[in-house]
Amino acid sequence: MIILIHGLMLIIIGIWAMLTRKNLIRIIIGFAIVDTGINLVLVAIGYIKGKTAPIINDAVSTAQGAAAGMQAVDKVVDPVPSALVLTAIVIGLAVTALMLAYAIRMHKTGRSLNIDDFEEQKW
Amino acid sequence: MIKYLLIALVLIGMGWLFLPLATEYFTPTQLNNLAANYVYGSAADLNMPNAVTSVVVTYRGLDTLGEVTVLFLATAGVGFFLKRKNSIKSKRRHGSEILKSGADLLAPLIILFGIYIFTHGHLTPGGGFPGGVVLASAFLLLLMAQEHFTFSHSVIQFTESLSGIAYVFIGLAGLLLLGLNHFLDPRWLNLGQWGKLFSAGAVPLIYSFIGLKVGSEMSGMLDSLQSDGGDE
Repeated sequence: MIILIHGLMLIIIGIWAMLTRKNLIRIIIGFAIVDTGINLVLVAIGYIKGKTAPIINDAVSTAQGAAAGMQAVDKVVDPVPSALVLTAIVIGLAVTALMLAYAIRMHKTGRSLNIDDFEEQKW
Repeated sequence: MIKYLLIALVLIGMGWLFLPLATEYFTPTQLNNLAANYVYGSAADLNMPNAVTSVVVTYRGLDTLGEVTVLFLATAGVGFFLKRKNSIKSKRRHGSEILKSGADLLAPLIILFGIYIFTHGHLTPGGGFPGGVVLASAFLLLLMAQEHFTFSHSVIQFTESLSGIAYVFIGLAGLLLLGLNHFLDPRWLNLGQWGKLFSAGAVPLIYSFIGLKVGSEMSGMLDSLQSDGGDE
């Protein structure tokens, strides 16, 4: 619950950073903050009161196979959001690197990192 | 002035949209049916203790294939924006003595740890994606510590393409051996003993290939980012 609210606040802070900052690097940092916020919201939605991680070891069940599965259902949190976040973190890293590469490229052609210097990209 | 007003309006609007999500959200006390089915099926059908891995690799395996593709496209984009200049040697500083000694000691251990993470993805927390990033971090450490450390591009590209194609072929093997609804189904290999390394069918294989692919893509990305550091 608290994590959910913090995630939503991080999303809003990141969008504020993306809208108000002029420096390309800071806009990318804003994107990274939004990314983190979305991951936090997803993980928080998957949480179930008082349950543990969806990995069956001795703490969850000492049985094996199907019997372990039956016992684990009552003891673990939702594995689907965790699985989504697991991949989303790495994808977010790659997309951030792609944007940084684009910023390097813009600095090479325009000799500036200020978004106001790229007039031709306004509508 | 009008711009700041609009930005404030957008942010307040977003806050208003998010408000019901924050105030009307109840932490559930029980798994929903889909998640319960995944957790039960992970142990009963796939013989795999880690339910997250069973969702990533098997139940939503097609999504993972798509996400590996997104990762590949992002890496290809980085390579496209940053053209490699072979003629000009990029200027790199010496690593300090502490960094050099530390890298010599730690880099093999980090590589080993990355391999451990992605081969044990079906038993312990982790898997191909974090394992691949850990592998790439070892290469980053070597890149920072040693002035003349370079990757062999053909090796990286070979690893990347080979693991990508092996991933698809393992998926196709499920289609061929188990029937039509079984693309990316790992059960064509023996399910093995509960909690052992060689268990859960083809999942350790698939996750190892994902780990190699993510690791080589991230290393390639680091390489293109550092080799383009200097000005023209």
